[in-house]
Amino acid sequence: MIIGSRPTKFQVTVDKKQCMLCGRCIENCSYGVFRMDEDGIITTTKNCVACHRCISQCPRDAITIRERPCDYRSHPLWTPQVKENIFKQAESGKILLGGMGNAAPYPILFDHLVLDACQVTNPSIDPLREPMELRTYIGKKPKQLEFTKNNINDVNLITELSPNLKLETPIMIGHMSYGAISLHAHTAMAKAVSEIGTYMGTGEGGLHEALYPYQDHMIVQVASGRFGVDVNYLNRGAAIEIKIGQGAKPGIGGHLPGEKVCADVSCTRMIPEGSDAISPAPHHDIYSIEDLKQLVISLKEATEWKKPVFVKIAAVHNVAAISAGIARSGADAVVIDGFRGGTGAAPTVFRDHVGIPIEAAVAAVDAKLRKQGIRNEVSIIASGGIRQSADIAKAICLGADAVYIGTAALIAMGCRVCGTCYRGLCSWGIATQRPDLVARLNPDEAAENVKNLIHAWTLELAELMGAAGINSIESLRGNRDRLRGYMLDQSMLEVLDIKPVGA
Amino acid sequence: MTQIIIDAEGLHYTPLNKQIRQAILNGASEIILKNVMGQRFIGDGLTGKVKIIIHGVPGGDLGMFMKGPTIEVFGNADHAPGNTMDDGTIIIHGASGDATAHSMRGGKVFVKDDIGYRGGIHMKQYLDKRPVLVIGGTAKAFLGEYMAGGLVIMFRMQEEEPYAEMGLASGIHGGEIFIRGTIEEWTLGIGSSAHSATTDDIERIKPYILEFSHHFNIEPSKLLNCAYTRIAPVSARPFAGKYTWE
Repeated sequence: MIIGSRPTKFQVTVDKKQCMLCGRCIENCSYGVFRMDEDGIITTTKNCVACHRCISQCPRDAITIRERPCDYRSHPLWTPQVKENIFKQAESGKILLGGMGNAAPYPILFDHLVLDACQVTNPSIDPLREPMELRTYIGKKPKQLEFTKNNINDVNLITELSPNLKLETPIMIGHMSYGAISLHAHTAMAKAVSEIGTYMGTGEGGLHEALYPYQDHMIVQVASGRFGVDVNYLNRGAAIEIKIGQGAKPGIGGHLPGEKVCADVSCTRMIPEGSDAISPAPHHDIYSIEDLKQLVISLKEATEWKKPVFVKIAAVHNVAAISAGIARSGADAVVIDGFRGGTGAAPTVFRDHVGIPIEAAVAAVDAKLRKQGIRNEVSIIASGGIRQSADIAKAICLGADAVYIGTAALIAMGCRVCGTCYRGLCSWGIATQRPDLVARLNPDEAAENVKNLIHAWTLELAELMGAAGINSIESLRGNRDRLRGYMLDQSMLEVLDIKPVGA
Repeated sequence: MTQIIIDAEGLHYTPLNKQIRQAILNGASEIILKNVMGQRFIGDGLTGKVKIIIHGVPGGDLGMFMKGPTIEVFGNADHAPGNTMDDGTIIIHGASGDATAHSMRGGKVFVKDDIGYRGGIHMKQYLDKRPVLVIGGTAKAFLGEYMAGGLVIMFRMQEEEPYAEMGLASGIHGGEIFIRGTIEEWTLGIGSSAHSATTDDIERIKPYILEFSHHFNIEPSKLLNCAYTRIAPVSARPFAGKYTWE
């Protein structure tokens, strides 16, 4: 008791004049903030995580949530968060875990990049009138094509083409595992990508039977835990992704706590109920780039060379050289997950301090692969902190072929980024396995929301391209001339290989 | 029984695997591979009940993701035989490399001689799927690390000193390991514990001892009438106490 109570993070107040005592807030709050007594609704405000479920369900706008109503003495170095982390670790002696992505106030590079538009000298294109080509193919492209003339005076292609994924928009949904998120959340996203003609990742938790109807739009993941991985799983996926690392926690493995391993999750992951699902930090059959090649080829051999194989790494200092190794491993795409990538739970020290931003990583990887003449060997998929269509356009200008979104898709289903996914109490039915909470998420409605979001962003991308006088996504890819840096220093401009505004 | 013989001399692994798949489609129930010299991925992702007999030394990831077939190797095997294997049997009349039976989910792997580092690492089990790795010789460090299920039996037939390799079963949270004789206490990794195997334990693993003896023509009593050490997890939640929430 030396440290004692801390100020509440959020204060919840119920306006008694507005409240009609319907009790929906009590019913909906999975964190136990509300209760009823003879004076009306009473709040235990310290339990609040600001998930806003109560606000969304209150018919009378009676609820207000304020962040940090009582603060510490302000100090630029010893912030409330810093102090509270010390309190917790002083009391427990343990590693600090947090949910969602990087919460440290680093500058956001995307917000220092501006896009171009046509004026006078070359006309912009109206996407309403002209076809805009957003279709994207992910996978190896041949260096050259060889043909032979046939006897009907036509030509036959003799170059063997590698399998590619055909995306109707360069937006995919990244890997969030069943276990970390609910089956309803997975189903909703699977429906959305199937209808749009794009893809989503299964995460490392296996592929639930309920998702088999959408398997042609699912990328199955093989992570270090190899959960749910068998030849049936590999054959079901449209592509296979080897997860080496994750932007939210580069260099370390993952532990799905036993509480989240319910009967269904246990079945999909193929591990006993209630057991921790531990993904080791490395794949223990990959200790070198040569070993990675062996895993890539083993997956291709197992699926008779019919599936593209992706390799996902966290964006770290030497991301460009590592990606060049991946491009030579036989992989068809490299996924770069920037340091803002989301997570259900990660040690905060990793989440906030390890890795580099996606913008710099993509630019560096694209430049390195082009320099080595192997850019065609792999597609580049950018992920980690993609918030809006402008981020996608900018990522593509920096060299990405497509992006993975993650948190944005969850927000489309109601997520408020409260960052407490690890507690398994998600009141929106997203990051939980509790049946009563999962039931709150209607997969059909949620699918519609996710679909709307991807559709809207695709429209915006087409508008941005049209304004820049570009009618094909291929002409935007790696098109640094369409970007300018705003308030970036010379060294950053060099890494991104762009000019400053005005130049 | 339909037997097909494939001469693997000078053949790359992809055409070799294609020939194996074609042989199965043609109704082969036994495939003999001759002159195998380092071809990787033999039997990778193969399903069904076929038997593959290998003369020579197969390369890495023998029987990876395999679901059902039996592979018998008259020679040594390289890196990670039985990697993420689902069902079936691999019998190696020789030694095998690192990460033997890595992440194996089901089926059985028998190795007559020694295995390399990280044997049986992250093996797991689910319901009736319980992988078994039986080693006639000894194993290098990190045997059964992160093990989440399954069974490892090691006879150390040529050794009498206590087993002394680091990182034994560190992070183990399921399954069990039996080692003939004793082990040095310091070999045990975090989360594992060791006790003398009981007669009930020995009775439980007896079918695998007999099967091993049968495959390699060894007198079973030599292996049955011995003392074993059983290594098992302390908890199914080895990391439960490591973290606090933000």
